[in-house]
Amino acid sequence: MSPISRRRLGALTALAGLGVVAAGCSTGNPLAPSSAPATGKGSGATVVIGSQQYYSNEIIAELYAQALEASGFTVTRQYQIGQREIYLPELEAGKIDVIPEYSGNLLQYYDKKATATDAAQIATALGQALPKGLRALTAAAASDQDSYTVTKALADQYGLAAIADLTKAPQPVKIAANSEFATRPYGPAGVKTAYGVDLQLVPVEDSGGPLTLRALTDGTVQVADLYTADPSIAKNNLVILSDPKNLILPQNVTPIVSAKVDAKAAAAIEAVNSQLSVADLQQLNARSVDEQAKSADIASAWLKSKGLV
Amino acid sequence: MNFLIEAFAWLADPTHWGGPNGIGVRLGEHLAYSVAGVALACVIAIPAGWWVGHSGRLRGLAVGISGGARALPTLGLVTLLGILFGIGLIGPMVAFVILALPSVLAGAYSGVEAADRQAVDGARASGMTEFQVLTKVEVPLGFPLLVGGIRSAFLQVIATATLAAYVGSGGLGRFLFLGLKTQDYAQMLAASLLVVALALVIDVTFAAIQRLTSPARFR
Amino acid sequence: MTWLFDNLAMVGEYLVSHLALAIPPIVASFVLAVPIAWLANRVGWLRTPLLTGAGLTYAIPSLPLFIVLPIIIGTSARDPLNIIVALTLYGLALMVPLTADGLRQVNPLALDAAKAMGYTSTRRFLTVELPLAGPTLVAGLRVVAVSTVSLVTVGAVLGIPSLGSLFTEGFQRGIVAEIVTGIVLTVALALLVDAVVVLGGRLLLPWTRPAREERDHASTPEAVTA
Repeated sequence: MSPISRRRLGALTALAGLGVVAAGCSTGNPLAPSSAPATGKGSGATVVIGSQQYYSNEIIAELYAQALEASGFTVTRQYQIGQREIYLPELEAGKIDVIPEYSGNLLQYYDKKATATDAAQIATALGQALPKGLRALTAAAASDQDSYTVTKALADQYGLAAIADLTKAPQPVKIAANSEFATRPYGPAGVKTAYGVDLQLVPVEDSGGPLTLRALTDGTVQVADLYTADPSIAKNNLVILSDPKNLILPQNVTPIVSAKVDAKAAAAIEAVNSQLSVADLQQLNARSVDEQAKSADIASAWLKSKGLV
Repeated sequence: MNFLIEAFAWLADPTHWGGPNGIGVRLGEHLAYSVAGVALACVIAIPAGWWVGHSGRLRGLAVGISGGARALPTLGLVTLLGILFGIGLIGPMVAFVILALPSVLAGAYSGVEAADRQAVDGARASGMTEFQVLTKVEVPLGFPLLVGGIRSAFLQVIATATLAAYVGSGGLGRFLFLGLKTQDYAQMLAASLLVVALALVIDVTFAAIQRLTSPARFR
Repeated sequence: MTWLFDNLAMVGEYLVSHLALAIPPIVASFVLAVPIAWLANRVGWLRTPLLTGAGLTYAIPSLPLFIVLPIIIGTSARDPLNIIVALTLYGLALMVPLTADGLRQVNPLALDAAKAMGYTSTRRFLTVELPLAGPTLVAGLRVVAVSTVSLVTVGAVLGIPSLGSLFTEGFQRGIVAEIVTGIVLTVALALLVDAVVVLGGRLLLPWTRPAREERDHASTPEAVTA
C-alpha cells in the first residue's frame, strides 16, 4: 500500500478527472452484456441451464436438467450465477437457455409499476413484460415467496395470526430482511398503509438465510422475511402470518427460456413443474440443508419418485 | 446515463446527508467500526510485536502470522463468523481485528528490530535495563514503522468495513448493498467513492503523524 | 471432513478455476509493474500521479469494483476477465510503488560501473538494475500472490466459480464444514503460490542466500510503506 503524502495530493484532482473521462466513455447498465452473440437458434440439442445463487434454485435447475437429459438433450450446467442483475442479461444475450425464476419478483424486475397481485394476473403480465426472445413456461404450483414469519412463542403470547395482529405486539416491531425490502410494495410502507402496522427494518443481506433466521430465533427481531419454501420454518416451528389483502406477491416457480428451447424441451420442463408443489420444494430444500445432499442426488431421487425419469 | 456523474449527483443531494439513515450517520458508523477494529488489533499486536522485536523470540511465528493472515479470505471469515455469532457487530469486528493484526504486528516488530543497533548498544552500555532499552530507545526509534503498520491496517479495514452491513450493522456498506440489490448503481458507486475518500483522509492524517513522530532528535 | 470427502469433485473444480483466476493477475501485475515503475522513476511529473493512484486503488472496496469494472472495460458481468483485471489493478497498487522504490535503491556505483563498461541503458536496466532490485520485487510479489489468491473468492458473490463459492453456498445452507473447507483451501493455495514465488526468486536470483531472504522478509510492504 503506498502512502499518499500531502505533496501527492495535488495529483488527485488530475486523477479524479481521468476517472470521469474513463467512466464517461461508456453509458448504460454496467451489467448489460457488451457483446450479444445469439447462439444458433434451434440448432443442435445442447441446452444451457443456469441457476441463481440460491441452493433451492439450483435444485430446481437440476430437476429440469435431468428431465431434459432423460428426453435426449445434452445439458450444460451453469449454476450459482449471482442474482437477477447478473444472469438476466446473459439470458437475454442467449448465453443461457433456461433459468428457474420466481414470477412476482421477476415481474417487478422488468416492470417496476406492475400492479398484478394474484398468480394468474402475474403470469399474464409477465408474458408481456419479458424482453424479446424470452418466454415463460407454465408455472409450478410451488411458490417460494416472502413471508412475515414470527416464532411460535411470540405468536402464542400476543395472539398473532395475521400481519395486522403485529399492532398487538410490543412496539417497535423489528423485521429482518434484505435491504431492498424497504422498496418493495409489501415492505414496511406497504404494510403501514394496508394493515396499519409500524415496522422497523433491520437489513440483513442473506435473503432469508441463516443470519435472518438466527436474528428471529434469538429475539434480535420479532419478524423475519423468510421464503415460504424454507425448510427452517417447519424445523423451528415458526408461524407465517397471513396476508388477507394479498400484499405479498406470489412467487411461483416459473422457467424462463430462450428461443432455443423447442416444444419437446419445453414439455420435459413443464412435466417437472406440473408435479412441483410447495411441500415438494420444502422437502427438496430440507434434504440440501439437513442431509447436506448434493443437488444432483436430490433431483434424481425426486424425479424417480414422481416417475419422471 | 453516466454513472459517475449520477453518483456525484447522489452525493450532492443534501437530502441524502441528514437523518438517521443519512450519509453523515453512516460515515460516522463506518469510521467508528474501523477505529474500534484497528484499536483492538493494536491492543493485541503492539505489545506482542514489541516483545518479538526486542527479544527476537518467536520471530518466525510472528512473520508467519503476518504473512498467513493476509491469505485469509474476508468473505469466508464474514460468512463463518456470521453463522457463529449471528447478526450484529461481533462477527464483523472479529473479522476486522484479524484483518488489521498482521500489518500492526509487522509494524511493531520490524520497528523495534530496525532501531539503530549502536543506539541500542549504547543504551545498554549506559546501564539501562532491558525494559528501558525497549521503551526509551527501541520503541521511539521504531515508532514511524509502527505508525506505518497501523496506517496500512486502517486502510484495509476501511475498505472492508462495508461488509458489516451484510450482517445487519451500519456503515457505508448499507448504501452499497441497497444500491446493488435495487440496481441503483449510482448509489453504489457513490458509496464506494465515500469509502475511498475516507481512506484518503485517514491516509493523509497518518502521513502527518508519521512525519511528526520521526525521531529526528535521535540522529 | 465427511463433507469434504463427499464433495471432492466439486471442491477440485473450484480449486482449479480459483487457480486459473489467480495466476494471470499475479503474473500481469509483476510484468506491468516493472515498466510503470521504470517510467515513474524516469519521468518526474508522472511519479506523483502514478504512486498516488496506486495508493488510492487499494482503498477501493473489491465488490463494487468487480461490478463497476464491466462499464469501463466493456465486458459482461460474469466474465472472468473482470476479476482478472480488477485483481491486476490491486496487484499493481502494491507492486508499482515497491518496484519504483526497489529500482531507486540500486547502488548508483553499480550503475556507474556498468555505464563505464559501455552498457547501453537497456542492457544496464535488464542486467544490473533489475537483478539488483530483485529481492525487493520478490518480496512484493509474495504479498501480491497471497492477497490475490485470497481476493479471488469475492468473485463468488457475482457467480464466478472459485473456492469462494464454498462460502456463499455453505453460508446459505448453513454448512460450517463447507465454509471452513473454503477458508483452509484458500489459505493453503495462497501459501503454495507464495512458496512457488520464493522458489522462483531463488532460481532467478541465486546470489540471494536464504539468510538474506530472511532479512528481506522484514521489508515487506508494511515496512516499506513506513
